[in-house]
Amino acid sequence: MNFWERLYLPAIFQGMGITFRHMFKKKETVFYPEVQREFSENWRGMHSLKRDEQGRERCTACGLCALSCPAEAITMIAAERQKGEEQLYREEKYAAVYEINMLRCIFCGLCEEACPKEAIYLDGPIVPADYLRKDFIYGKDKLVEEPMKLS
Amino acid sequence: MSISLFYLVALLSIFFALMVIFSKNPVHSVLYLIVTFFTFTIHYILLNAQFLAIVNFIVYMGAIMVLFLFVLMLLNLNESSTEYRSNIMKMVGLIAGMCLVITLVGSVKALNASDPLVLQTQDLGLVKNLGKVLFSKFLLPFEISSILLLSAMVGAVLLAKKDIKQV
Amino acid sequence: MELAFIIEKFILITVIFLITLTIAAYSTLAERKIAGFLQDRVGPNRAGPGGMFQPLADGLKMFFKEEIIPAESSTTLFILGPSLALLTALIGSAVIPWGESVQIAGTLVSLQVTDINVGILYIFGVVSLGVYGIMIGGWASNNKFSLMGAIRAASQSISYEIPMGLSIIALLMTTNTLSMKEIAEQQHGINWNIFYQPLGFLIFLVCSFAETNRTPFDLPECETELVGGYHTEYSGFKMGAFMFSEYINMFVSSAVMSTLYFGGYNYPGMDWVNSMAGPLFGPLVGMAVLILKIFAFIFFFMWVRWTVPRFRYDQLMNLGWKVLIPLAIANIVITGIVITIIDKL
Repeated sequence: MNFWERLYLPAIFQGMGITFRHMFKKKETVFYPEVQREFSENWRGMHSLKRDEQGRERCTACGLCALSCPAEAITMIAAERQKGEEQLYREEKYAAVYEINMLRCIFCGLCEEACPKEAIYLDGPIVPADYLRKDFIYGKDKLVEEPMKLS
Repeated sequence: MSISLFYLVALLSIFFALMVIFSKNPVHSVLYLIVTFFTFTIHYILLNAQFLAIVNFIVYMGAIMVLFLFVLMLLNLNESSTEYRSNIMKMVGLIAGMCLVITLVGSVKALNASDPLVLQTQDLGLVKNLGKVLFSKFLLPFEISSILLLSAMVGAVLLAKKDIKQV
Repeated sequence: MELAFIIEKFILITVIFLITLTIAAYSTLAERKIAGFLQDRVGPNRAGPGGMFQPLADGLKMFFKEEIIPAESSTTLFILGPSLALLTALIGSAVIPWGESVQIAGTLVSLQVTDINVGILYIFGVVSLGVYGIMIGGWASNNKFSLMGAIRAASQSISYEIPMGLSIIALLMTTNTLSMKEIAEQQHGINWNIFYQPLGFLIFLVCSFAETNRTPFDLPECETELVGGYHTEYSGFKMGAFMFSEYINMFVSSAVMSTLYFGGYNYPGMDWVNSMAGPLFGPLVGMAVLILKIFAFIFFFMWVRWTVPRFRYDQLMNLGWKVLIPLAIANIVITGIVITIIDKL
């Protein structure tokens, strides 16, 4: 290092110039609750169980998603469709209980790929934080899509 | 007002000086010593010696006592770590202390109470006057003391430096 | 007369304390805001418009936090530490001339709490005293990290007091007085000391960074090595006192630097403004100018903090002893030679 460099002061002033320029740059902050960052197209978030065009649940409780799940996060209990429930469930068999443990889930998307009925998609938001482990086991109340308002 | 203030501060400085000796924890001792020096600063201000007051403040309170505290913190002496002192040591200490007290009392008795000192010039302690006196009347002692400090500094550097030949 | 004098000083002290505390409180906000701006963020903006009430919220938070006193610590000293830090930070502002004398109802009111004729030395003494709060607090915590922080603070403060004092000596050689008021008066208009003592100012600036424990010299609270430094064990309001004292120190040293080197309340064209504004508002304009200068220095402190990385401890000591002290002595010698030459001419 020559004398000028050993003084350090030029380097310090250069650095301070750089930081000063950053004061006038565009702020990168996203004001979270009001503004949400856009997700990418292949984003995988919370699962949702889809309904078909007539508002019936697509899931037939075949268990392929549970089988494909590497984290073994999905459990389900199947039940047979009764008479008079045709507008609720599309197939003759449906999932009476469908639970995903969000603490186990690794959001790999294999359930999505395994599903033959296109019933499960990972297209939801970020899974929110919670206090108790039991609250992370999401049942059908949280997973099934809102029924479409037929206008 | 000034006299009563003097007695109050004098009482405080004696009290804190005694606390320096009586407190068991060495760090507490040093802290009491700092307060004692602070009362000395007030004494200097009462004598209208502002420069001496502030120098006492900076040098003794701000620098030397920080070093004392520094060393004590590094050594980390505790009440428990002071070793047991034998009775003979206590006796020797008592005799030495009594000798000191007798000498002090004797000297105070011999001195008699002098008349209160009246300053010829009230502003003697101010920076300008002090500087003029130091650099004219007391130039030689002043310079000699600075040489003393310089030699002390050189000595300290020599002590702290590693022996180059051995390495 | 006596009573009026006491009331006058009391009001002045109260006002200065209020200003100091407010600025110190808002310095915490400014620090976070500036840190945000320098890093392309926006800083705190939730409490009130633009984060205006953030210091208030922080203060409330500090107040409601649990005060923990370690069981093995010495309680008195543990409480004494932050109190002393805050006290020594606050008393430094006593000798700073905040403006020319104001004329209120026919009487001249000085905008300086006290004009002792060793004002600079007083500030120097208060600064050197400031380390006691940190040392006592760090030692009383009975924690090795706190102790290390306290020891670092002590040795750093002692090391940097020397070049600071030497740089002041060079300044005193040109001003010929130790009184802050006279130094401020000498710099009338734009006759500022920075033009006579640029090197001295640089040394003083670096030393004041070290004395206020600000980055790049914040070794005593270096969190990568010492957890939290001397205030590792502190919580709640005592922790707040330590933090606050750092910001007050920054404010006071900014004021001292503005007064010593940047003309204090003087600004170019002040005679014209004084003749226009009259004896009451003219000095107040000067005071506002001084506070603007202080703000500029506080901004500079923060700007440096978020730009320059922290020194290593041996680098810090090398800079202090091997660079700044020789430079300061050289500055004294040069100043002496120049003064002699000018006198001879």
